[in-house]
Amino acid sequence: MTTFTPTSPTETLSAVEWALANESPLEILGHGSKRGLGRPLQTEHTLDLSQLTGVTLYEPEELVLSARAGTPLAEIEKLLADHGQELAFEPMDYGPLLGGVAGRGTIGGVLAANLAGPRRLKAGAARDHILGINAVSGRGEAFKSGGRVVKNVTGYDLSKAMAGSWGTLAVLTDVTFKVLPAAETEVTLAIRGLFDEEAAAAMALALGSSEEVSSAAHVPENLVGSIAGGALKGASATLLRVEGFGPSVAFRTKKLIDLLKNAGPIDEISGDASKALWRDIRDCAPFADGTERPVWRVSMAPSQAHAMVMALRMEEATDAFYDWQGGLVWLRMQADPEADLLRRLVRKFGGGHATLVRANHSLRASLAVFEPQLPALAGLSARLKEQFDPKGILNPGRMVPLGKSATLAASNE
Amino acid sequence: MSGLVMPAPDQSTLSRRAEIVADMRIIVPGEGVVDAVNEMRAFESDGLTAYRQLPLVVVLPETVAQVSRILKYCDDRKIRVVPRGSGTSLSGGALPLEDAVLLVMSRFNRILEIDYPNRTVIAQPGVTNLGITTAVEQEGFYYAPDPSSQIACSIGGNVAENSGGVHSLKYGLTANNVLGIEMVLMNGEVIRLGGKHLDSEGYDLLGVMTGSEGLLGVVTEVTVRILRKPETARALLIGFPTSEQGGQCVADIIGAGIIPGGMEMMDRPAIHAAEDFVHAGYPRECEALLIVELDGPGVEVDHLIGRVEAIALKNGSTTCRISQSEQERMTFWAGRKAAFPAVGRISPDYYCMDGTIPRKELPRVLAGMRELSEQYGLGVANVFHAGDGNLHPLILYDANIPGELDKAENFGADILRLCVKVGGVLTGEHGVGVEKRDLMPEMFNQIDLDQQMRVKCAFDPNHLLNPGKVFPQLRRCAELGRMHISGGKLPFPDIPRF
Ligand SMILES: Cc1cc2nc3c(=O)[nH]c(=O)nc-3n(C[C@H](O)[C@H](O)[C@H](O)COP(=O)(O)OP(=O)(O)OC[C@H]3O[C@@H](n4cnc5c(N)ncnc54)[C@H](O)[C@@H]3O)c2cc1C
Repeated sequence: MTTFTPTSPTETLSAVEWALANESPLEILGHGSKRGLGRPLQTEHTLDLSQLTGVTLYEPEELVLSARAGTPLAEIEKLLADHGQELAFEPMDYGPLLGGVAGRGTIGGVLAANLAGPRRLKAGAARDHILGINAVSGRGEAFKSGGRVVKNVTGYDLSKAMAGSWGTLAVLTDVTFKVLPAAETEVTLAIRGLFDEEAAAAMALALGSSEEVSSAAHVPENLVGSIAGGALKGASATLLRVEGFGPSVAFRTKKLIDLLKNAGPIDEISGDASKALWRDIRDCAPFADGTERPVWRVSMAPSQAHAMVMALRMEEATDAFYDWQGGLVWLRMQADPEADLLRRLVRKFGGGHATLVRANHSLRASLAVFEPQLPALAGLSARLKEQFDPKGILNPGRMVPLGKSATLAASNE
Repeated sequence: MSGLVMPAPDQSTLSRRAEIVADMRIIVPGEGVVDAVNEMRAFESDGLTAYRQLPLVVVLPETVAQVSRILKYCDDRKIRVVPRGSGTSLSGGALPLEDAVLLVMSRFNRILEIDYPNRTVIAQPGVTNLGITTAVEQEGFYYAPDPSSQIACSIGGNVAENSGGVHSLKYGLTANNVLGIEMVLMNGEVIRLGGKHLDSEGYDLLGVMTGSEGLLGVVTEVTVRILRKPETARALLIGFPTSEQGGQCVADIIGAGIIPGGMEMMDRPAIHAAEDFVHAGYPRECEALLIVELDGPGVEVDHLIGRVEAIALKNGSTTCRISQSEQERMTFWAGRKAAFPAVGRISPDYYCMDGTIPRKELPRVLAGMRELSEQYGLGVANVFHAGDGNLHPLILYDANIPGELDKAENFGADILRLCVKVGGVLTGEHGVGVEKRDLMPEMFNQIDLDQQMRVKCAFDPNHLLNPGKVFPQLRRCAELGRMHISGGKLPFPDIPRF
């Protein structure tokens, strides 16, 4: 058992070279805050990047920040906040959901897991903000892609290839992100007492308006007590966030209230309370219950989500709430994850994919944590992995079981 | 680039031309196969007209099944294929090869679905960029990325080039506005990436495909997100005595937390050319002219106009006009939008470059360009997506004077080297194609380039799709796959381990 803790990109390279020469797989770790997500690894050795730290470039007027991959996200968010800026995609914190503490995680992990938050609808995910990377491939070669400018189409976008690759293609050593000014103010409107289907209609109406709603979530009555410190207890809450300059936020909020006045009673939540509320949604607070009960993260067409959940409930008791206007569904199951049932329903209701983000060790080892792919796509993904990591030394088996690619029989479609 | 070397034509393919044409007619019956030289002329170049080449044959399929059969047929017989959308590429991405089938996607011209609750449009790849907006504007929506070529360029071409436009500063590039695609691999397999959902599953192959310049697969369907049109838009027209002041104003606007819908700059030669052409009332005495457009609800726009005006004054603006009507806003833009044809009037030919730089380097790069301009004896006019540092220097030359095209190209290459030197890149939105292919080593070392080519190997192991573009030197996938293993000793033994 060896743990390498490199402090420089060169040391990172030598650790990978060593692993390659010995054909000895590595588990790639930042803070390990998302270690409980994905298929469990059985590697003997660990490459711990938590000492590969430091912001190497921050130019607020150029809206750009570069850092070593192991730099704590919290440190970066603090630095940005000091300059009135932020990572606009609001990377979620998996810590509390996975039974860990809040506030951990590295900037490299943000990209490797392609994190996003409730502002996904408007601002995208980590993939939409990454400008450039330096990394070490499983071939033991240090390469770079992209740069430090926003407009760049020079060569393939390998930085995006790293997004959501969970450390299986290359070890990131440096990342450069686009950063943006933080909104001056924010207000959240909470429409109270809607059923899921009514909430879907209200959210579609709001997002189809010109009021630039940046986030839309719906928390049913049984879960609403576990956000915002219980302040919304009693009736479901359909949440719409409006951000921007003071006069604009006031104006748009008023217009939204007017637009939605027939939907139900509306509460207005502003400032820090609004921020705290969206942090709870972002970090899946309703299911951060200290258990290992299976939790799914489903990405699908927003308007179909409630229908999918309804169909699921016909067969299985399920807790659910919605972010991204319904485009992101968080589900908590009683005991059995019901993977096949859920995935069949997602396909039936417009397609998308389901990730088993929380489950005990044995379930994660035996089930497809990430959505199985059709054979042609699975084949392409496997070939891409092979081109970056031909000996399978980087996080082997984290996304798909070793030796086979997780495919879905074509007949399932 | 005039010394451009393309992959040597495959003699066996050339000798089988008649047979291949006949087989294509079986796969695509009717009018979809063009092999007469006079009819193929229309396809011999794209927007980079300095380069021309007749293809082996032009094929215009109509169905995904046809695309799949064509690609599989060519893959099996090792025949090269060049995909083409509307042929507006400015980097020669769609330049035909003598021994390649030119696969033209223009008959894929239907909008398949408009979904307002999810705010998505599914379009075939040959639909024009503007065609998407036209289809949804009666309901108050639009598709945000707006390349100047939007009346002509195809959405499939936009995906292949990751195109941007004036509004990309606030609303993102193609990559940020495409949710899903259907594509066909060179081996004929049909694959779907993403869909109406926001996160694509597994590896971000959609991200890799966007901007891959037709080298990885043929896009046969595109799902984009549409946005609600902003309530209002107003523009400021601001003149500065120096480009430094203009550049600082841009930095200060962003520093104040304002991200305008568009922020464009022009230098003195571009201002004069545009003013002479469209008489937009641009101030001729300025060295830098800035157009800042703010969009959103009226109250927000009014609020921000005041703030931008104050920032401009603080930076020594000599003129600052604020549009009072939609017509006046359009007039402000008229000169900028006509900048290319305007420059076309003052010079027999011009060559459009596309580097990106960190914004703060603008004065240095402009000064460098002036020096180069003197050195080469060729004029240059600059239009500039100031908000995101994307430069479009237009080099003025006369193709009828022997040697001037070469000079213009060398001048252009030097500008791009300068962009890379100050921390920028070779191309912001027009792509590498054949034009910047041989400059790739300015930005990437061999390891970087090899890793990019290995991605190509995962999609198209025989290098049959659009070869000769993007990569200065093609290396066989078998060779790229070889490993040189070193470093068997435990690294940095002085570091603590557990
Ligand atoms: C006057 C003018 C102004 C322009 N302004 C801008 C601008 O503001 N911003 C900007 O970004 N660009 C601009 N461009 C460049 C150009 O319009 C874009 O690159 C556009 O996206 C190309 O689209 P197209 O359909 O014409 O593609 P083509 O020129 O036909 O092809 C471009 C590349 O895409 C590939 N390709 C095309 N269709 C497919 C497909 N279905 N599947 C796979 N590969 C495909 C081709 O192989 C080629 O490599 C401008 C061009 C002109 C002539």
